[in-house]
Amino acid sequence: MKHTFFLIIFLPLLMVATSCREDELVVPTEYDIIPESPSPHSKVRGFYLLNEGNMGSNKCTLDYFDYLTGLYARNFYAERNPSVIKELGDVGNDIGIYGSKLYVVVNCSHKVEILDSRTGIRLGQVDIPNCRYVRFHRGKAYVSSYVGPVLIDPSAPKGAVYEIDTLSYAITRKVTVGYQPEEMEIVDDYMYVANSGGYRAPDYDNTVSVIQMIDFKQVRQIPVAINLHRLKKDCYGKLWVSSRGDYQTRPSRLYVLQKKNGFNTMEVTDTIPVACSNMAFFGDYLYFYATEWNNYTASNTISYGKINIRTLEIVSTNFITDGTEKEITIPYGIAIHPETGDIFITDAKNYVSSGTLYCFSQDGKKKWSVRTGDIPAHIAFLRI
Amino acid sequence: MANKNTYLFLVSFFLLSIDLLQAEETIDSLKTENLKEFVVTATRPRHETIPVQTLSGDELQKLNSNSIADAIRYFSGVQVKDYGGVGGIKTVNIRSMGTNHTGVDYDGVQLGNAQNGQIDLGQFSLDNIEAISLHNGQKSSLLQPARDFGNAGTVYIRTRKPIFDNDKRYNARANIRFGSFDLINPSALVELKLSETVNASFSTEWLNSSGKYKFRYRRVNPAGEIAYDTTAVRENGDINATRVELNLNGNMSFGTWTAKAYNYNSERGVPGAIVNNVWRRGERIWDNNSFIQGSSTMSFGRWTTMQNVKYAFYRTHYVNNDDKQIKVDNLYRQHEFYFSTANQFDIIKGWSASASYDFLWNTLDADVYGFARPDRYTNLLSLATAINISRFSLTASGLLTFVHDKLQGQKAPGNKHVFTPAVYTSYYLLRDKSLSVRAFYKRSFRMPTFNDLYYADMGNSQLDPERATQYNLGVLYDKSRRGLVSALRFSADVYYNKVKDKIVAYPKGQQFRWTMLNLGVVDIRGVDLSALTTFNPWQELFLTLRGQYTYQRAIDVTNPADNYYRDQIPYIPHHSGSAVVNAQWRGIGLNYSFIYVGARYNQQENIRYNYTQPWYTSDISVSYDFHIGRVKTRALAEINNLLSQDYDVILNYPMPKRNYRFTLSFEI
Repeated sequence: MKHTFFLIIFLPLLMVATSCREDELVVPTEYDIIPESPSPHSKVRGFYLLNEGNMGSNKCTLDYFDYLTGLYARNFYAERNPSVIKELGDVGNDIGIYGSKLYVVVNCSHKVEILDSRTGIRLGQVDIPNCRYVRFHRGKAYVSSYVGPVLIDPSAPKGAVYEIDTLSYAITRKVTVGYQPEEMEIVDDYMYVANSGGYRAPDYDNTVSVIQMIDFKQVRQIPVAINLHRLKKDCYGKLWVSSRGDYQTRPSRLYVLQKKNGFNTMEVTDTIPVACSNMAFFGDYLYFYATEWNNYTASNTISYGKINIRTLEIVSTNFITDGTEKEITIPYGIAIHPETGDIFITDAKNYVSSGTLYCFSQDGKKKWSVRTGDIPAHIAFLRI
Repeated sequence: MANKNTYLFLVSFFLLSIDLLQAEETIDSLKTENLKEFVVTATRPRHETIPVQTLSGDELQKLNSNSIADAIRYFSGVQVKDYGGVGGIKTVNIRSMGTNHTGVDYDGVQLGNAQNGQIDLGQFSLDNIEAISLHNGQKSSLLQPARDFGNAGTVYIRTRKPIFDNDKRYNARANIRFGSFDLINPSALVELKLSETVNASFSTEWLNSSGKYKFRYRRVNPAGEIAYDTTAVRENGDINATRVELNLNGNMSFGTWTAKAYNYNSERGVPGAIVNNVWRRGERIWDNNSFIQGSSTMSFGRWTTMQNVKYAFYRTHYVNNDDKQIKVDNLYRQHEFYFSTANQFDIIKGWSASASYDFLWNTLDADVYGFARPDRYTNLLSLATAINISRFSLTASGLLTFVHDKLQGQKAPGNKHVFTPAVYTSYYLLRDKSLSVRAFYKRSFRMPTFNDLYYADMGNSQLDPERATQYNLGVLYDKSRRGLVSALRFSADVYYNKVKDKIVAYPKGQQFRWTMLNLGVVDIRGVDLSALTTFNPWQELFLTLRGQYTYQRAIDVTNPADNYYRDQIPYIPHHSGSAVVNAQWRGIGLNYSFIYVGARYNQQENIRYNYTQPWYTSDISVSYDFHIGRVKTRALAEINNLLSQDYDVILNYPMPKRNYRFTLSFEI
């Protein structure tokens, strides 16, 4: 009779033991329908959204929205490329489309993944250590990397920019730049690279490296501000460079670099008194947002703004007009539809759960939102 | 931030300890001829009002346990986070309240880690361990340091106390263990009777392993075709560790005293997460941890007093040599000084009271940019009283904690003081005291650690303590007798816990910049069941069955706006359990153990992208005891993960496939 006690114990055990392991399936894609009607003459087919995924989680994922079908496909890389071991990788950092190919920079997997931009099927992979951002110029892809030559100063190696041939996927050239380079742009056959020096805190780098494209050499370093991050060119040939500040006493700022008449060298001409985490252009306007931690209130101070890129005037301090900004915990990415001017803002929430992608119309009203992967961040528009 | 978690690693030791039958089990009939001299003739210990689970002696050693953390997996209500391999991190979480709420007590003094609040159980070998017990809430004893009243749950580790047979002046034992992962693990123990009242023991061991093991990742498409199937070798999981421990035990006219010196020294690789295109990392860690502690207990009539003192120095050197990542080379040095006095007074028969006062000083020095070099002074005062009237017992305790932090060159946050009460009661339903019901209520907290508060850019000095409240109701049936079933023990507990002001990492700004905030609220409801029985079906054949099952619903109720609101918190399965079958016939022992951990989610949201499959492993071991002349010898062979299941306990930290271990032990 006493054995019944024992049975009571083992019954649930037996019960749970029936819920056994199954074969691990290829990570499935999920679809959501988006209330967006395709415009008949649009040259934009859709866009890719890269979710970074938290460090060590191997949850960098790729989402795709198609304007023709109105379907948002979440996490579709593994389904398209089931044989890639451990999927897309750890911490995506940038995405770009050039020609018919989509380039995905996966930071902690130390690789650039090259996909067919129409099918999402993998074409190749280029291993670049600690790679950060990708840009394109004359048949080549350029990738910034935190790690240049290891030998010079092993405790704080300078970064580099790698040149990849977009047909052979071979690394063709490499140039050493400043410390921990981030974004870059190419203007008139010179490449400008924002150096952060993030590994050297508090001795941040404060320069933009200038690389002459013909011989791929660094010809100059322009001092701007500490801990540079974003570097984007507008349609007038100006460079917009953001500094992250030191997160304590020196705030984030936005700088404008341009060439003086008759000179071929960029220099800092203006400082815009706003904090800036990321930006995007549409027409004559720059849209930006900023997230800054305030130690005093123990909360993030978030701002959204709009700058006229000809007059450098701040024309709006909040381009979201319907109050949706209150729903956004951590804005983490921005992109603007090149035709409609719809503004896309991503919300990374707490970094370790699904984010949200918001779509706002030009007048700042929310059109729709959709659940994304972890840390949605980078958007690339696919043209027909 | 990469090294946020890198201070805790586990060396795995599995060891032969002596066959010291735990008095709690009173299964004297189990003892075999050659071990008789070690049987303690202790009386049955005090009835524990609060749920307690114990593994000891022979049972402990036959559980195929590498380490204390492995053995703890056989307790109900416990989740062990295991990063895999001999050197992988293993942390213990009791009833989903979080690792930082779990105290670990080594021979009467709690182990501290003010830096990150997590104890590296790996530094404590199973080699000289006599018993491991897990108390939910606290020990129901009145005579204990104030600190022991403070945790939400505590693991007590007790080392072996020398016992000398008749006119023997010494005991000695040598072990050699080898096995998978290129494991070599010799150890030695010498016990000396220095005089009639003083004895000494010296225990040492060396552990070396390459930590290399094969693991496999496999995916199939919905049609059942293999998408990928890859097997690789775990790299950079090597370990080289030594442990030296010296104990002195003495008797005085009014009581006893003990003194201990301990050193653990290791170098190990940190294997890291397996992610796409990364199969090897360059992190390494050196630990050199030492402490000395002393204790005395004296009784004068109705007054009993216990003194404890401890000084500890922990040195951790962390290096990241990965060419592709930021170079890190940090040295952390922690000092701890501890003093405790506990006093119990028996007022009348059946009514006693106690008062304890503890003082604790911690400091951490780290050569990390922006680190504040904190000093922490903690004063703890506890008052407790217990009433035992025939079948009824009631204990109530209150603990006052004052914490004062001092920083170099910065303003320290204000002093913190917390009062945490506990009440526990039990009642024997039957006259033979075999069946009892019990209940407890306890509040506890954990202080934010130095890392939470002051770690470079991430710490937030405004943090408040994280609070936990527990309610528990249970029954216990415990009976031993002669006959076919010599022992039978069954317990069932239901509980409700609430964790408030949970300290969670919160993002700030961009690119993995975090800070710590008192944000989380977790609601935990669970059932723990456990049973143990010993049969004697035939002559000298003894069978012991042990089973344990846990159901837990631990949900995040922080904010209804979160998309993980009311979802099960990460890495807590709804169902988990274990079963152990042990057969002993003369010198031959056979042990089979099964562990099951149900499906879990590896992040807060319960969505399929975060789903982690259940895992279950079967381990078996065979032991044989024999004599070579005067030398008692034991041979032990173990197979772990018999069915070679490929599983991750923590996402991207693959566990070893089937592995083996052999042990030879000699004792005189």
